[in-house]
Amino acid sequence: MSAWVSVCTKGQLISERGVAVLVHDQQVALFRVTGADGSDFVYAVGHRDPFADANVIARGIVGSVGSGSEQRDTVASPMYKHVFDLATGECLTDPSERIPVYRTWIAGGVVYVHPVPLAPSLVA
Amino acid sequence: MTSTHPSLAGSSDGSDAPKRLVVVGGGMVAHRLVEALRDRDADGVWSVDLYCEEAHPPYDRVALTSYFAGQSPTDLVLGDQDLGADPLVTVHLGSAVTAIDPVSRTVRVTEGEQPYDALVLATGSSAFVPPVTGADLPGSFVYRTIEDVQQLEGWVHGLGDGVRGVVVGGGLLGLEAAGALHGLGVATTVVEFADRLMPLQVDEGGGAALRRIVEGMGVEVLTSTASAALHPGADGRVSAMEFGDGTKVDAEVVVFATGVRPRDELARAADLVIGERGGVVVDDGCVVSTGSTSGGSTSGGQIYAIGEVACIQGRTWGLVGPGYTMAEVVVDRLLGGEATFPGADTSTKLKLLGVDVASFGDAFAEAPGSLEVTYADPVAGVYKKLVMSDDAKTLLGGVLVGDASAYASLRPMLGAELGSDPNAWLLPEGSGAPVTGDLPDAANVCSCNNVTAGTIRASVCEGGCTDLGAVKACTKAGTSCGSCLPLVKRLMTTELEKSGIEVSNALCEHFAFSRAQLFDIISVTGLRSFSEIIGQHGTGRGCDICRPVVASILSSLGTGHVLDKDLARLQDTNDHVMANLQKDGTYSVVPRVPAGEITPEGLIAIGQVAADYGLYTKITGGQRIDLFGARLEQLPAIWKRLVEAGFESGHAYGKSLRTVKSCVGSTWCRYGVQDSVGLAVDLELRYRGLRSPHKLKLGVSGCARECAEARGKDVGVIATDNGWNLYVGGNGGFTPRHAQLFAEDLDTEELVRTIDRFLMYYVRTADRLQRTAPWVEAHEGGIEAIREVVMEDSLGICADLDAAMAAHVDSYADEWAATLADPEKLSQFVSFLNAPEAGDPDLTYVTERGQRRPATADERGTLIAGATLEVRS
Ligand code: SRM
Ligand SMILES: Cc1cc2nc3c(=O)[nH]c(=O)nc-3n(C[C@H](O)[C@H](O)[C@H](O)COP(=O)(O)OP(=O)(O)OC[C@H]3O[C@@H](n4cnc5c(N)ncnc54)[C@H](O)[C@@H]3O)c2cc1C
Ligand code: SF4
Ligand code: FES
Repeated sequence: MSAWVSVCTKGQLISERGVAVLVHDQQVALFRVTGADGSDFVYAVGHRDPFADANVIARGIVGSVGSGSEQRDTVASPMYKHVFDLATGECLTDPSERIPVYRTWIAGGVVYVHPVPLAPSLVA
Repeated sequence: MTSTHPSLAGSSDGSDAPKRLVVVGGGMVAHRLVEALRDRDADGVWSVDLYCEEAHPPYDRVALTSYFAGQSPTDLVLGDQDLGADPLVTVHLGSAVTAIDPVSRTVRVTEGEQPYDALVLATGSSAFVPPVTGADLPGSFVYRTIEDVQQLEGWVHGLGDGVRGVVVGGGLLGLEAAGALHGLGVATTVVEFADRLMPLQVDEGGGAALRRIVEGMGVEVLTSTASAALHPGADGRVSAMEFGDGTKVDAEVVVFATGVRPRDELARAADLVIGERGGVVVDDGCVVSTGSTSGGSTSGGQIYAIGEVACIQGRTWGLVGPGYTMAEVVVDRLLGGEATFPGADTSTKLKLLGVDVASFGDAFAEAPGSLEVTYADPVAGVYKKLVMSDDAKTLLGGVLVGDASAYASLRPMLGAELGSDPNAWLLPEGSGAPVTGDLPDAANVCSCNNVTAGTIRASVCEGGCTDLGAVKACTKAGTSCGSCLPLVKRLMTTELEKSGIEVSNALCEHFAFSRAQLFDIISVTGLRSFSEIIGQHGTGRGCDICRPVVASILSSLGTGHVLDKDLARLQDTNDHVMANLQKDGTYSVVPRVPAGEITPEGLIAIGQVAADYGLYTKITGGQRIDLFGARLEQLPAIWKRLVEAGFESGHAYGKSLRTVKSCVGSTWCRYGVQDSVGLAVDLELRYRGLRSPHKLKLGVSGCARECAEARGKDVGVIATDNGWNLYVGGNGGFTPRHAQLFAEDLDTEELVRTIDRFLMYYVRTADRLQRTAPWVEAHEGGIEAIREVVMEDSLGICADLDAAMAAHVDSYADEWAATLADPEKLSQFVSFLNAPEAGDPDLTYVTERGQRRPATADERGTLIAGATLEVRS
């Protein structure tokens, strides 16, 4: 299962600003999310907004929903502002759709994405 | 003794003499068996003879490595009490059983045959050494017993300084051994045949994290490497290790940690059934099959096998936990019960070389459809993964490397719903603590004191506990080992947060302030980064509402380019790429055409760019030209052309000045009384780029006929014979309003000053997405009050407003020109970071009325993706 695809270096990612990458033929949106405590994590989700049928998720605004122990990191699609949970791909504003979630792996400053999404998008 | 005829376990034949249980193998599991039996067999039905091949009473093999940390063999001995002190237990140290005879129900030891009424095989495993040439050379060791570690230590000490060593096997045992060698000062290399460390417990990500940590400690790791041979030096001792590819490393000590083999030799010799991969086959009651036909027990003389030697449910277990369970099963059976082995999981939490490693449940996500959620922080050496059911709700397993603190909370949740966000369990403390709000009430939070989540919640809601001390006192949770305390605290905090009452006209869930309040806070505190602002005055990460608002406020306060690092991540995509997002994910480009006045050369330049890039072209309602269908990665090149032709950003994307619409005015029009185009150009150049709560539109008409529709604008100017009449608060759109007269017959200087102040006052005090009309309406005292502020300086802020506008005018620079000059900003203009030249392959177009437009969903079905009009990239 050595299928991880290297997509960029971590240094190329601007904190809390998304960017799209091609993982084989899939369009994947990467979000580097950092915290005041020094945490630094890269999420990978599908780039396609299922509501708009356009590849724009990476250009959404990163944010969070909930506070304290219930905080979830999110991205709001730039198209119709649907908010998606970056960790699960769920759409929090309209649960009828979700976006796929991919595993990321960072080694030696290189960001890898596993091409098999964790959650199949419910829309073919 | 030898003449006593054995009786059936559990039967009562009236004999007072205890029945005789022989236990072979004084290991960990045998110890648990004897201890548990003596605990529960209050009537003394059984006496026990425990035969230990090793010279030590049963000891803690799991803690073997602590020998190198100074624990003596006696420290490792298991149990508070000496087993042998029990009159019903006889411990035979250094006494191996050499044969068993199920027919005569005897075992052979040095002293001769010994009878039994029941026999337990708990002979464990021995270290397995692969058939590698030279594996038997002096200097080659295994890692299983106290003797092994004592000899290893003696050998290394005998070698002096600068010793190099190899550990063959990168599993749990190998890393323990490597830790030991490393601790002895040996320069250590771990050689693993698989492609990662601990391949049985952790996944690729975990293995890689582990590797980095281990290497960080100075232990070399070779994976996907086979060991071929050990080579002796001149003295006949091991001096080098050779690998499958022929390379060699020096090694004066080699430890094999290549797995274990069940010690089933007694059972084999007695013709008991042996598993395919070794181990004595037993049924769910741990009873061995005594021959090819016998499926279990019938007439007493039962033989049981437990621990690592047992092959139960088709497999052997290399962990102590399942062995202990088997011991309990046999104790129950010996006392007449019918317990069966419930199965076990391979959950483990270890500290290897000081690194926490935990693996539990379905660690490899083998369940169909299971989802994995991972968190990795290579700098801190942390890798965490949760395996969730296909709906991302139920916890199926996980791997934790580097920080296994969540193990205690997660392990009991296996098979249960985790709550809303599995990822929250993985993030480091503080950034997003576990979602315990959704922990089911029935979940056992404190296992020491058997306290459920529901009890803890009730102590807060109903019991009125408001701090950890009170919750502890009230529920007893966390009062023993304390490992559940973080969880208890989080449950309490969540419950407290829930009961807190929150009423506010807050911007969004992250800021409890209105935009105007936030504007004041930011301008008063001088905070200029979003992280500081939200850190000190908000919560969470923000969202698509507050982030652009803060960006807009910071821009209004003059903090540089929209793409500057901290601002860039706050911007809506339109502001971020300085273009307007279209329905298919492409953008439109609108160069500024101040007052709608454009030269033929300018028109040609725009037309040429549009033609070269295949952009759809339309005259907008704002007196300028919109070019549609530009892909993200095309924007810089398009803008380079436009900037070279003298154009600049039209801010069609910004919450900022859009256009100043003009009519042709006195220059050409036979009715015009003032130069409306000239004024409109001046105004547009003055206010271009001004970030505001909503978009701003101005209009200037050259006479009362009002061809510029100025009264439909936020600020409308209509020429009079004596100067200009100023109107404010108009708009089209959803709720059209006509602007109201604000001041009459102003000269140009007065006019500009009044507009400056009006706009700046609006920028400072309006709500998010509140255009001027509703702002005027909502302002206390309405338009009159605003007139007093702006024209009579009733608040004494006019100097301030003037200065702010002057600063804006002075600092204006074209965002696009600045972006083109900055390679770092340009690097963001790619559709795909790892394929900067590529465009979105899903875009499809059709031609209509001589221009291309995005294909509809239906049309797309019949088009090959990407097949479009030819577009220059
Ligand atoms: C291109 C254009 C239509 C056209 O083909 O003519 C247009 C297009 C858009 N308008 Fe408009 N408006 C355009 C002139 C107008 C006008 C007429 C005018 O300015 O004289 C109005 C009515 C006047 C007014 O604003 O008061 C107008 C009222 C709106 C509104 C409603 C505003 C309101 O207060 O109710 C919106 C929605 C909003 O901004 O929230 C809107 C929003 C939009 C957006 C930005 C919608 C969006 O987010 O995608 C459109 C995207 C522009 C683009 O992609 O370039 N547009 N829009 C016009 C561009 C003008 C320009 O050169 O910048
Ligand atoms: C360094 C190390 C670290 C480990 N860490 C962990 C851990 O973190 N977690 C975990 O769950 N497990 C761990 N294990 C595995 C764990 O120690 C074993 O699963 C456990 O000891 C098995 O218990 P047992 O009684 O079945 O076998 P053993 O403990 O091997 O005991 C069998 C005993 O029987 C004796 N014996 C064999 N044949 C005869 C005979 N014919 N007559 C008399 N005596 C005989 C042997 O000499 C031995 O003393 C570790 C093992 C090692 C070596
Ligand atoms: S407003 Fe109309 S009429 Fe008046 S000058 Fe302008 S064009 Fe002419
Ligand atoms: S688990 Fe709560 S005190 Fe030990």
